[in-house]
Amino acid sequence: MAFELTINGKAVPVDAPDDMPLLWVLRDIAGLTGTKYGCGMAQCGACTVHVAGQPIRSCVTPASALVGQPITTIEGAGATGPVAKAVQDAWVAGAVAQCGYCQSGQIMSAIALLDTNRSPSDDDIDAAMAGNLCRCATYQRIRAAIKAAATALA
Amino acid sequence: MFNGRKLSALDVVDAAQTPTLSRRQFLLGATLIGSALMVGCRMEASDADAPVAAGGKPAAGSPFEAYIAIAADGIVTVYSSQFDMGQNSYHGLATLVAEELDVALDNVRVEGRAGNPKWYGNLAMGGAFQLTGGSSSMPSSWERYRKAGAAARELLKQAAAKQWKVVIGELSTANGEVIHAGSDRRAPYGSLIAAAAPLPVPGEVALKDAKAWTLIGKDATSRIDARAKSDGSQDYTIDIQLPGMLVATIAHSPRFGGKPKSFDATAAKAVPGVVEVVQISRGVAVVANNTWAAIKGREALQVTWDDSGAETRSSDAMFTEYEALAKQEGGKVALKRGDAAGKLAKAAKTIEATYRFPYLAHAALEPLNAVIHKDGDRLHIHGGLQMPDAVQGACAQIAGVKPDQVDLHVMKTGGGFGRRAVADCDVFVEATEIAKAINFRAPVKLQWTREADMGGGRYRPLHVHRVRVGLDADGNVSGWQHHIVGQSIMAGTPFEGMMMKDGIDPTSTEGVVDTPYALPDIDVRMTHPASPVPVLWWRSVGHTHTAYVMQTLLDEIASATGKDPVALRLALLPADARERAVLSLAAEKAGWSQPVAAGRYRGVAVHQSFGSFVATVAEVSKTADGGIRVERCVVASDCGIVINPDIVRAQIEGGTGFGLSAMLGERIALENGAPTASNYDAYRVLRIDAMPTVEVHMLPSTASPTGIGECAVPPIGPAVANAIFQATGKRVRDLPFLEA
Repeated sequence: MAFELTINGKAVPVDAPDDMPLLWVLRDIAGLTGTKYGCGMAQCGACTVHVAGQPIRSCVTPASALVGQPITTIEGAGATGPVAKAVQDAWVAGAVAQCGYCQSGQIMSAIALLDTNRSPSDDDIDAAMAGNLCRCATYQRIRAAIKAAATALA
Repeated sequence: MFNGRKLSALDVVDAAQTPTLSRRQFLLGATLIGSALMVGCRMEASDADAPVAAGGKPAAGSPFEAYIAIAADGIVTVYSSQFDMGQNSYHGLATLVAEELDVALDNVRVEGRAGNPKWYGNLAMGGAFQLTGGSSSMPSSWERYRKAGAAARELLKQAAAKQWKVVIGELSTANGEVIHAGSDRRAPYGSLIAAAAPLPVPGEVALKDAKAWTLIGKDATSRIDARAKSDGSQDYTIDIQLPGMLVATIAHSPRFGGKPKSFDATAAKAVPGVVEVVQISRGVAVVANNTWAAIKGREALQVTWDDSGAETRSSDAMFTEYEALAKQEGGKVALKRGDAAGKLAKAAKTIEATYRFPYLAHAALEPLNAVIHKDGDRLHIHGGLQMPDAVQGACAQIAGVKPDQVDLHVMKTGGGFGRRAVADCDVFVEATEIAKAINFRAPVKLQWTREADMGGGRYRPLHVHRVRVGLDADGNVSGWQHHIVGQSIMAGTPFEGMMMKDGIDPTSTEGVVDTPYALPDIDVRMTHPASPVPVLWWRSVGHTHTAYVMQTLLDEIASATGKDPVALRLALLPADARERAVLSLAAEKAGWSQPVAAGRYRGVAVHQSFGSFVATVAEVSKTADGGIRVERCVVASDCGIVINPDIVRAQIEGGTGFGLSAMLGERIALENGAPTASNYDAYRVLRIDAMPTVEVHMLPSTASPTGIGECAVPPIGPAVANAIFQATGKRVRDLPFLEA
């Protein structure tokens, strides 16, 4: 079926089966490959994007259900305002990434956390980030980067 | 992965035919390719005619191969022999080159290169083949890439000396420029490359003295790929899009060792976007226009499997069989010193322990994949090329081209942990077979699903250890009998002939047979049962289980004899053992001499792997629901000269989390020869809420650098197990700690 999505502020025409998850629409049709496939069942968080500002797992969300809702991916995150910039800068400054594959999803989850909580505790961070796996176990730096971003935004 | 030191036999075999760490390996040369100055190695006979291929790349198998390119804009590109799966080897190589070349890291790029083992061979493993593994990227590159950087620097100075008609001794270099202080002249490197290219590279290039280093050893969080890995622009194999490319998924036998008998593609082909269903040697592939169609087609595909050669046991049954084997006197003698049986017969006290270690999946976040593209008579292979020579040969044969008609495109990958170094080149062979089955009419990206990846085997082999330790009336160790039972990783691969001796796979016994502790009466036996379950190196390989056994047993001995666990280890370690200093440092930083905080329990372990030494003190607490929480880890390391302290720190933090993940929750169980876990819901990888704080302390050293990618993994498990004993009085001998 043909429909139109709003991705990173742009209208994107899509022709895809109505059950195709947003993840594959982003990657294979829209050419936005920063959002990653890790599990296909909302277990790893590598596919996290924002729909109307809320973090969702794009691997289990049919794209056809998102018509009319603003979708933000890692590629467009930097243009959304100071929170995303602070998070991405903290990720760079803190040398968080090792392989980097999960980090798009980590960053999208971290932005969503700081959008609603500007001074998260360790428990807040654990609760918000526990759905994002990092096989390199960069978790200590993820915690530190979220706190550094919160400080920068204060 | 495996221990470079154990490849000494290979060194001897190949020394006669292959350039090893000799002057010839560093017969450096330079040439202009396109508009960039290339500095690398060349054969003596071919100095005059380094071939230049289209696209600025030397032809595969060329007598000249570049390590560095310097462009007119001053950008330096390092051509890395070492694959980067997240361990930051690219940044390490960039540091080595930038240090000698005097350029800012901001102006350095790194690209993976493969296909010419003559010049990209791993020098820590004899130099005959290209390989990333065994924590050897820095040992292999330490001289090669610094010398390449120094050679480039000297060439540029020569060029400036000629232009300015000054003697080279009056010139210095800094921040990408040659400087003549006397006349206050400066020339950016990019302005000198054309003049430098025809000049002869000095035969012996002096490396900087350690006192002059400005990058090596400097503690900085800069990473050459940090921005790309924070804005989604870093490309991995899964991100490759080529014109007309098709995407394939694959169905493997659910049981290991099964083969496709027949298949019904009707339902799969009914999925919109599916264009072909093809049988290949290891399964049935669904080829589609996009990934989702390939996944849906794979789900709809009906395959009948021939299980006549397949594994049918459960992992519980395997444990029972292995335990029975471990109790027997049999097995091959891996180490025999003194009279273990005699001493044990007279022991005042005996500790008997049986350990069970499950199969483990690597579970890297990017599931296995490869892209194959045939363009005319050239075969292009894109992917996580951890053992590129093998891939080049295997895929060339399938495609019917010569190895020198293969172009290898080395991608960064979403993790690895050993999984991408497979002697039979699994995913690459499959992708080439699929591309061939459709007559190479389009580029093919084979993307394993998570389920294919987790169910695809190549696991850390299931092992059982049975140990009897005798203690005499004074509490001294008096006799140690040890039987290890587990599948061999190397048997049946080209590594068997190179590295297995007397039928013993050193990747099962490493960490036991080389134990540094004073154990004069020790008898170690090895039994390798066979199974169709494919097994592989898993970050730190045999040390994943041997360190656990040795370091928890030392803790049991300390408990049984009323000794302090740190003091006991120090008493049993020789005076020159490098374990001593890291153990003492970790103990000091953890406050070992003081009582642990209320509600906390502490354990320690120290282990050497791949030439690097790591001690870990773990602190745990009891949770309200009766569980255990790992709170804090204090880790000390000795990996020789520290090239990038923050990369060492990051690898130790991550390695500690990785080892803890296995100890706490990871297990691949088999039922009827098939794994029961197929995704991260059932295969429990450590999440942020279980990650302890990790404090890292590095010992200063002037020893040559050893690797850091694996050595933090072995000690964390036993350190936590020893802390759990303090908390609960229970010994953890069946892993993982958390039951399903």
